[in-house]
Amino acid sequence: MKSLAELQAIRDRAKAGINLRKENPNAARVLVGMATCGIAAGARPVLNAFTEEIAKRGLTEDITVTQTGCIGICQYEPVVEVEIPGEEKVTYVKMTPEKVARVVNDHLVNHNVVTEFTIGANT
Amino acid sequence: MRELSLNVMDIAQNSVRAEASLVKITVEESDKNDLLTITIEDNGCGMSEEQVAQVIDPFFTSRTTRKVGLGVPLFKMSAEQTGGDFEIKSKLGEGTLTKASYVKSHVDMTPLGDINSTVVILIQCNPDIDFVFSRSTDSGSFTLDTRELREVLDGVSLDTPEVLEWIKQFLEEQTQIINGGAHI
Repeated sequence: MKSLAELQAIRDRAKAGINLRKENPNAARVLVGMATCGIAAGARPVLNAFTEEIAKRGLTEDITVTQTGCIGICQYEPVVEVEIPGEEKVTYVKMTPEKVARVVNDHLVNHNVVTEFTIGANT
Repeated sequence: MRELSLNVMDIAQNSVRAEASLVKITVEESDKNDLLTITIEDNGCGMSEEQVAQVIDPFFTSRTTRKVGLGVPLFKMSAEQTGGDFEIKSKLGEGTLTKASYVKSHVDMTPLGDINSTVVILIQCNPDIDFVFSRSTDSGSFTLDTRELREVLDGVSLDTPEVLEWIKQFLEEQTQIINGGAHI
């Protein structure tokens, strides 16, 4: 059973160790479109895939995954925007959980945009 | 929507945009009564009577990036197509309550789906908002209240990965228990 005591332990560990980071100003951001259009097109498994892939690689302090609204290109959902400080924002379209690992590896880690998944290559 | 849990995520998003600080999601399920009820209640900015009437109309939206708003109409349809009911109550400055009830055995019933994932994502993406998630079946019930977790966490954010993992496992365990699946 999950207990509050366990949660306390997590708290103590978090406070002891990672307190230094607080808000990492250089953190990259992954924004998943989660309005009606995005959700209906399958944004939730995409967001979960990003969260898992980033946790698996131990990058949770360098990359934050969050949601955004509809940016008006509903026909291309699930849409994911990747923002790396100092680099141009990239919009990926028609994302799937299978495409996530490549975006994390190629783009977020190695700074090579996965051009074939971007909106420019899909219009 | 393929799962009702996705409708819930969508409707809860309206609460987030209405700047709610507390969102209550309640899922009550009864095989005995052949009934599933989903309630989403927030303390956000609310809507005027006129807006409440408009929100049921698919060609109304408060946003400006597109001309349609399908969130509420889809949720309403999902309930009514099973012979269930839908209601939305709102008061400016006080908040909004959306309630959908379903006849579970109806052929057009959409499965509830992964409601726990919806809850975890809502917390993950809105760590400053409090969520109260309650679920009940004929054999039991449980509640997750982020206000209680926040008290224990004492400043550690709810979107810390280990905390989210704890929440996820807690929800899984509790769900299993009220579905009669596990022994404690």
